[in-house]
Formats: sequence, structure tokens, C-alpha cells
Amino acid sequence: MNVTASELLAVMASRVLRDDTTVFAGVGVPLLAAALAQQRHAPRLTMVIEGGIIGPRIKPGRLPVSTNEMRAGHRAQMLPGITDTFLFAQRGFLDYGFMGGAQIDQYGNVNTSVLGTDYWKPKVRLPGTGGANDIASLCREVIIVTSHERRRFVPKVDFITSPGWLTGGDSRRRSGLFFGGVSRVVTTLGMFGFDPETRRMRVEALHAGVTREQVQEHTGFPLLDAAEITETAPPTPEELEMLRAFDPERRFIG
Amino acid sequence: MGDPELRPADWDFIAARRRLESKAKSAGDKLTSVEDAVGRIIDGDRIAVGGCLFSRTPMALVREILRARRTRLTLVRNLMCTEGEFMMAAGAVERVMTAWMSIGLPWGVSKIMRHYVESGTVALEEWSHLALGLRFRAAAMGVPFVPSLTMLGSDLVGVGGMKTVVDPYTGEALAAVPALFPDVAILHVHRADRFGNAQIDGYPHMDADIARAATTVLITAEEIITEDETRRHPDRTVIPGFLVDALVHVPFGSYPHECYGLYEADYDHFAAYTAAIDARGPQAVLEYLARYVDAPATYDDYLELFGGERLAQQRALARELTA
Repeated sequence: MNVTASELLAVMASRVLRDDTTVFAGVGVPLLAAALAQQRHAPRLTMVIEGGIIGPRIKPGRLPVSTNEMRAGHRAQMLPGITDTFLFAQRGFLDYGFMGGAQIDQYGNVNTSVLGTDYWKPKVRLPGTGGANDIASLCREVIIVTSHERRRFVPKVDFITSPGWLTGGDSRRRSGLFFGGVSRVVTTLGMFGFDPETRRMRVEALHAGVTREQVQEHTGFPLLDAAEITETAPPTPEELEMLRAFDPERRFIG
Repeated sequence: MGDPELRPADWDFIAARRRLESKAKSAGDKLTSVEDAVGRIIDGDRIAVGGCLFSRTPMALVREILRARRTRLTLVRNLMCTEGEFMMAAGAVERVMTAWMSIGLPWGVSKIMRHYVESGTVALEEWSHLALGLRFRAAAMGVPFVPSLTMLGSDLVGVGGMKTVVDPYTGEALAAVPALFPDVAILHVHRADRFGNAQIDGYPHMDADIARAATTVLITAEEIITEDETRRHPDRTVIPGFLVDALVHVPFGSYPHECYGLYEADYDHFAAYTAAIDARGPQAVLEYLARYVDAPATYDDYLELFGGERLAQQRALARELTA
């Protein structure tokens, strides 16, 4: 069965989510991952969306393109407003937060703001943080979901929009961020985590057919290795069928 | 341009309070025309825009601000969409304060934002989504800042000049998110009575805080209800009339953006708009403004450009989603 990059990411990200938890999900792959987890193995998962939405049930074929339009809140349980939704995260009610980004560095810092060195006159102006900075600051665990490209995985991001482990070690805590941090990076090549001491990114699992060398080739900084590097199980027909049912026009799954 | 220092006008809670104290807080009739409402805005004002991205955008007020050729404005909105692009292309804004700007995933990064920000023509001051919400909340509370755990450690701190504060109880340093007191709030709501008591369905976004934070509040409403209806369901009022300065009755007042439960956003319109920008750059926005802002004399004339059939279709889509 042919699996697109977005399908692979959605399935792998969905498997990270445990039952009886809460997840801050953006639109696109993260929302699909959360919806899939909820349907397959985590029926008591609550989705929270930054437009001010708690517990929606996404309507198949009517997937939202933004986090704050009617489609995102279909059959929701509560619409508390944006500020109050983020305050649920600040209080500690959000277990997982999903994010992506134009640049990701070896400490899991993410840039979605500007490319170049002058913020006020950037080489490329990107859309900005949206809620990503807040998710990175306030959720218990942050999961980065992204395609794996060398231009994206850079030694140092041009601008820290969303704080990961900053400069490693205890720098995150010292900056005033008491909680959370990036726990997982889910990519089109494998699953990554962070060394508990240095907080540098390390390889934890590879997707079927991907080699350790290939991953390094597509990464702009040296990756560490976990004690054991495993291989992920490919998406199952059941997972793909459920996922595709949400997006029959394949607008998001490619 | 690039100005990492906070401007005292943002957080000066004493001056903000004095402005309210010297202002009439009338329980009287607020109904007026969109031209009269927007006449309260002057060049250089800091305008907070209600709704979020393409949801409940006060499009009729945005359109009138453009028609009035206001300039040197600062536009503040948590997530900024086409209204920000219009203001940039028209030369109406010199600064925007936002957490994110573009239309949405299918249409990519805003080429208009890129053009005006990368050239240094417009400053984009970025705050996190929660931080902007708390800036309005602090102002709505009448205090100079609120403590928070967000935005620390990131480079966003240096962009807006946010400071930290030492918690007197634990001794820990927290983010001191500064208040933001806009000169004017422009909002679109589902319904209001003629005194300005306003109700919102679905997503509240940040409108209630914005209305309390601003000095002058301009509102458009899909529907004008009777005083009796307000008094029968006072729990539904989210903005009290005494803080509203002008109210305008504008059905489809957010279109082509959405209004929860009433009409869905017009994705096809966004696609045609961005395709024109892909082909002709900022010139395409000026052409769009000539056709949708300058040419139609009234908002009804503007809506006719979309056509009754299209509006009815978007209504049906919204009903289906929120039924």
C-alpha cells in the first residue's frame, strides 16, 4: 500500500498519544493524528484547538484550514475563547502539544518567524508563532511533527519562536520555563528524542527502509544515538483506512 | 521601524483610566452609519480588530477605514488575515502587532505580508498568541501587566520588549505581559440592541477583552434586537452598551470571512484573491480594493459583487456545520 509523507507522519504522531490525556492540536497533520488516535486507541483523549475549542469531533470531508473557523469546532464540548484556552495549558491541563516549523535545531528550538539575522528586515518573513510559542512553553510534552529535510534541521535556528531546550542542559529551566519541553520529534525518516543530560537530539527509531546514514545526511547537525535504535512498524491498513476516511478528498494527507 | 522598546501608551494604565473617566458612558442610542462610526478614527490610531483570522472580522468597518484613507495606523490582531493585507497595500498601516499573519494552510505564506515586512515598509511586531490575549486581558483589568509563564526564553521577548517580574511570594521570575490599551476597538457581533448591548455566538475570540481595553468601541452587528430581548436574556450579553460608542447594523458584516453559525468563509474567494496576488503581486490587492472597497458605494452594493446565491450557499454550509 502506498503511503504518503503526510499519512506516515499522521500515523506515527497518533501512536505517541496515550488514552486519558489531552492534546493541543493545530490544523493539518496534527489534527488528523489526534483524530486518528481518538478513534483507534485513545477514545478518552480530548482535543483542544487554539481558536478556543475543547473536544471537537471533526466532520469527515470538512477539515478546517485554520484553528479558529467553524469547521474546527464542529460538535465541540466547549468554546471558552482563545486566551482562556491557552490558560488551560498554563494551569497544566494539557499533556501534549503538536508543532511544526520552518527550522528546527539540535535542541528542539523551532523557528516560524523570520529567516535572516535582522528581525525587522528579514530575508524571509514567515507567518509567525500563532500559538506555537505558548504550546512549547506550557504543555507537559511537546511533539514536533515535520518532514525531514537538511534545510529544515539546522545547527542553530535564525530565531527562537518556540523554545525547546534552548542551549541544552538546564538552560530551559534557567530561562524561567518551569515545565514541559520537547519530548519527541516525529519525522518522515524516524522518531527522535533528546539526551536527558545535554538535551541534544538523538535517534530513537527509524521508519522501515531508512538507514542511520540516510538520517544523518538529511540533518544539518550531528545526531546522537539512543542506547537502542528500533524500527517503527509501518502504518497498518486499519490506521490508513481510518485516517483516509477523515480526508476523502486528500486535501491534507496528500 | 524596528523598535524593541515598549511604548508607554501601550501599558500606561493611569492615562488609559483617565481617558475613560473623561468620556461619556452613555446608556443611550448608539445606532449610526458606518461612515459616522469610522469618523471617530484618526490617523495614527492604534486599532484592535476583533474576531480571529477569517472568523468574525469586522469587514464593513475595515472597508470604511480604507475608504476614509486613514494612514499611519497600528493594527493589532491576534491572527491577521486579508484585512491586514488590505491595510498594508493601501498604505494605511505603519505597524502591525500580531502572533501570525497569512490566510490559512491551502494558500501558503502571505506574499503581501512578505513584500511589505521584508522591505521594511511595515513593522510586524510579533507576540505569542496567549501573550497578545493577556495584553488585552491586562488592559481589560485596568492593570499595567499580568504575570504569565509563557514566551520566556524565546527571541519573541526581545521583539516586543517584554520584561520579567519577580514574584514576591516564591521569588521566581515570571513574564510580565504588558497591558495594551488600544485607541479604538472594531468588532463584529451576532446581535446587539440599539444601546450597544452585544451578544456573540460560538467563538468569543478576544472581543470582550478588546472592548474593555479600548478607549473607543465601534461595533457592527448582524442583527439589531429589541431592548426587551436583551432584558429577557441578560446572560447572553458579553459587551455592555455603556462602553460602546457606535453601532451599525450590517448583515454579512464579516463576508467573505465567516460568522459562526450564520455563514461560512468563502474559500473560493480566497483562492481567486491569492491567485491574482501570485500573478501580479501587491498590484492585485490594489485592483481588489478598487473593485471591492472603492467602487461599491454601500455595503449592500459590495455584497452584490458576491451575489445572493453565493451568500445563501454560505449560509447553508454554516447551518450544516453548527446544527
